[in-house]
Amino acid sequence: MTEPLLIVNHLAKAYGQTPVLEDINFTVNKGEVVALLGRSGSGKSTLIRTLNGLEPFQGGTLTFAGQAIDPTPATWLALRRRIGMVFQSYDLFPNLTVLANLMLAPVQVAHQPKAQAETAARTLLTRFGLAEFADRYPSALSGGQKQRIAIARALLMKPALMLFDEVTASLDPEMVHGVLALMTDLARADMTMIVVTHEMGFARKVADRILFLDDGRITADMPAEAFFTAPPTESARNFLASMTDR
Amino acid sequence: MSWSVIQASLPAFGAAFWLTLELAALGIAGALGIGAGVSLVQYFRVPGLHQVASVYVDVARNTPLLVQLFFIYYGLPGLGLKLSAPVSGVLGLIFLGGSYMAEAFTGGYNAIPKSQLESGAALGLSPRQLARFIVLPQGLTAAVPGLAANVIFLVKETSIFTVIAIPELTNTALDLIGLYYRSNESLLMLVVAYAIILVPLSWGLTQLERKVRHVTIGA
Repeated sequence: MTEPLLIVNHLAKAYGQTPVLEDINFTVNKGEVVALLGRSGSGKSTLIRTLNGLEPFQGGTLTFAGQAIDPTPATWLALRRRIGMVFQSYDLFPNLTVLANLMLAPVQVAHQPKAQAETAARTLLTRFGLAEFADRYPSALSGGQKQRIAIARALLMKPALMLFDEVTASLDPEMVHGVLALMTDLARADMTMIVVTHEMGFARKVADRILFLDDGRITADMPAEAFFTAPPTESARNFLASMTDR
Repeated sequence: MSWSVIQASLPAFGAAFWLTLELAALGIAGALGIGAGVSLVQYFRVPGLHQVASVYVDVARNTPLLVQLFFIYYGLPGLGLKLSAPVSGVLGLIFLGGSYMAEAFTGGYNAIPKSQLESGAALGLSPRQLARFIVLPQGLTAAVPGLAANVIFLVKETSIFTVIAIPELTNTALDLIGLYYRSNESLLMLVVAYAIILVPLSWGLTQLERKVRHVTIGA
């Protein structure tokens, strides 16, 4: 039984007179992993950022967990507790230790008791193999470690949906694997995820569905395996060819 | 070079040294307070106040301390407010320094990458929480070099106090030149006295900058 978690209906966004997203329609079901693919500039990052209110949009509706989203600051503030996001640039807070980075939102936003938040943070760090870094500052960590901690930081809010915006794009190649392995584990644990990525192997192996974005429009919405074996449009074919050439 | 002139001048220079330090410290402390307040008013765009703050910063930064001191010491009595010379000096330093400090604080807040605020917002932090946990701690750290430069600048600006006859270092040196007609000795002592204040201060502030630098690099 599939249960829709996020429904995007006729979403449209423009920067001034320039449309960047046009008539975007898709549904993400609970436990599903959706990879958002497309060339640079196709609107992938803009789209994923509209889904937690970091980018305003001008047309269409979003429905999350059965509730239509009224896109006001107050609504987004409340919703962001349930929609986690991880960015390309990690953006751990450099003024806080790893542990304090992980505890900030659970304590300040979710009002968990400190002891409980600390236990949860340390448990997750241990699970991710990062326990030894709890008391370090982010500047002492590698990119891969920072990104895994950024993922942990978002997960500690127990989000219903996780958004990943090119989270491996600024990592050294040898760091990419650890982050993707972590995301694969999350997917297997039935986390609902929308992933903007240029890692085609990951998308093919882990994603249930592919959304292909072309010039601000979704031109393919189909099971991952089908997309990779038979890309439905000329543009998707060219895109895949250019990605495998790299 | 006459050692006897230097010896005879030492007590006056000693008093001027401590007075300079005291006035500078008061002025800098006040300037930091005003600057922090003004920068917060501007950062949060407090209705009604942030326009006032902008006008203050523009006026204070674009007029010389000399003119500000003339206004406070000679002009305010005309408006019924008569202040002593040292009080006028400290107020002038606070008025001028507050605007420079405000700009340094603001520069610090603005140095925080937008992505830091977005990642905080994505975790559900409210604008107030973003300010408290991200903007202020990181912004203050980023502001330290600018604030430190202003501290040094304000110490040196106390030399302008001589125009309202406050017996600080520069005023004292000029006085002694008039008294003994020995400018070499007085100017040497003046340079040494400023160096005794500024060299350790500058070294200490550099240490402080180094200490906080790790916080701003490599998020």
